[in-house]
Amino acid sequence: MSFAIQPHLSVPQIMHRVSLALIPALLAYTWIFGWGVVLNVLLAVATALAVEALLLKIRHKPFKAPFGDGSAILTALLLCMALPPLLPWWVVVIGSAIAILLGKQLYGGLGFNPFNPAMVGYVVLLISFPREMSLWMAPIGGEHSLSLLDTLRYVFTEQLPAAVGGIDAYTMATPLDALKTGLGLEQAMGEIMAMPMFGYLGGSGWEIINALILLGGLWMLYTRLITWHVPVAMLGTLFLIAGIFHLIDPQSYASPVFHIVTGGALLGAFFIATDPVSGATSLRGQLIFGAGVGLFTYIIRTWGGYPDGVAFSILLMNMAAPTIDYYTRPRVFGHKGDQG
Amino acid sequence: MSAEAPYSKIAGDGLWYNNVALVQVLGLCPLLAVTSTAVNGIGLGLATMLVLLGSNVTVSLIRHLVRPEVRIPVYVVIIASFVTAVELGMHAWFHDLYLVLGIFIPLIVTNCSILGRAESFASKNSVPRAMVDALTMGFGFLVVLFVLGAMREMIGFGTLFAQANLMFGEAFSWLTITLVEDYSGFLLAVLPPGAFIGLGMLIALKNVVDARQEKRRKAAAPVEHTAPEQA
Repeated sequence: MSFAIQPHLSVPQIMHRVSLALIPALLAYTWIFGWGVVLNVLLAVATALAVEALLLKIRHKPFKAPFGDGSAILTALLLCMALPPLLPWWVVVIGSAIAILLGKQLYGGLGFNPFNPAMVGYVVLLISFPREMSLWMAPIGGEHSLSLLDTLRYVFTEQLPAAVGGIDAYTMATPLDALKTGLGLEQAMGEIMAMPMFGYLGGSGWEIINALILLGGLWMLYTRLITWHVPVAMLGTLFLIAGIFHLIDPQSYASPVFHIVTGGALLGAFFIATDPVSGATSLRGQLIFGAGVGLFTYIIRTWGGYPDGVAFSILLMNMAAPTIDYYTRPRVFGHKGDQG
Repeated sequence: MSAEAPYSKIAGDGLWYNNVALVQVLGLCPLLAVTSTAVNGIGLGLATMLVLLGSNVTVSLIRHLVRPEVRIPVYVVIIASFVTAVELGMHAWFHDLYLVLGIFIPLIVTNCSILGRAESFASKNSVPRAMVDALTMGFGFLVVLFVLGAMREMIGFGTLFAQANLMFGEAFSWLTITLVEDYSGFLLAVLPPGAFIGLGMLIALKNVVDARQEKRRKAAAPVEHTAPEQA
């Protein structure tokens, strides 16, 4: 059990509040990247609830309480924040189903899952469908944008309006993608960052979404839904390591601020790595857990094959969480030891 | 195990109750590595079955001659000989399949189930019994390899029996079935995690079937104490 979060809140209350904290960022995501996000959310939530209900029935579990606790909805929302904004319907359905099925119910339901379900679903999609998962819409103000009707048509039939060429007219690389490609072409950091898509700090459009994620995260901290340990440890480690490499060679390593405000760093730090089920439990353990996520995120982003590494890092540290808990158990009162 | 296990029990153990892959969970390395398609699974399953047959019969033949102190090295040499023979045979007659399966043919020698059967069964039983044991154990393993391979192939590539010609010759290319046209592929099923998830599903399925059977047996004979299941 996590003793640092508000003890008097029930599971549904916590789940609903975390979902609520995510809503502003989700709205911004929709506003900036289009209708596809709304369709993703609808599909993902419907699938998550359906699979949850089905599995509870198969497992002969009491239906009402686990079904209504909001954890499946939260998983679906987190998955949608990680997913690209325009996807064929079956990708979203598969991801959401796998998150609930493989990520949660097969391990025994909420509270028994060693991995964060949303990240399981996301990583399965990322590995299985690299083509679909690497198409990111251009943010608002791009040359072309899809109307609701066209988005619907694409999501269900994978057809685009004929007037505007292929899908490339609507998509562009994410900042982390562009960084990786640019560095691969041996461009200097200054050259890459001068591209218009990078905005002021991270990437245009992304800055607003990430600011709202940060806001949601701070609200969760303020209302004591989460503690500061994981986010601070994760972002601090990421900032520190990125800072060291940036100081050594600013032309080949992006600035620490860039690392914090792009990709899934903030989402992971506040909403996903703080998952009390799959993370470490003791406060000292949470510091180690967060630091590990930050470290792996930097390693995967900088030297790995994928542009972003937050999801993989969280799953890796999920695996390490039981060991971390074992070595950071608070001492029982009356026993000798330096830790209270 | 006493010398006189009935043939039906030997067969039942090999095919189901003590299945190499689903119950003993042995031979995972080839099981997980080569089952990306159904044909690969069948190929490796047949090769393993042949080796198991040869080694079980030989070990059973010489079971009164080998001193217990040196039995393991003797078994290993026997198994290694049969693996080499099977490998050379495949190299000669199924060269394309041999290229696909690659290192996993010689690695049959490390499949614990083969040494396990030699040690725990063949060395204590007559030749016909050892032969039945090898055939059923081998077939049980083959079926799991095939089913896992077929599952992963259907989900991963959308085909079934792709490259059937490697196994059965050009005349059988028609076996290849394309289930979904323009299938974009579900890479995870083909990658190693897919093998682990698939095997986990199969084991779960077997447990479900066993639990159902057990329930039905209990319902049929409520007074009688059920015989202890093997672990």
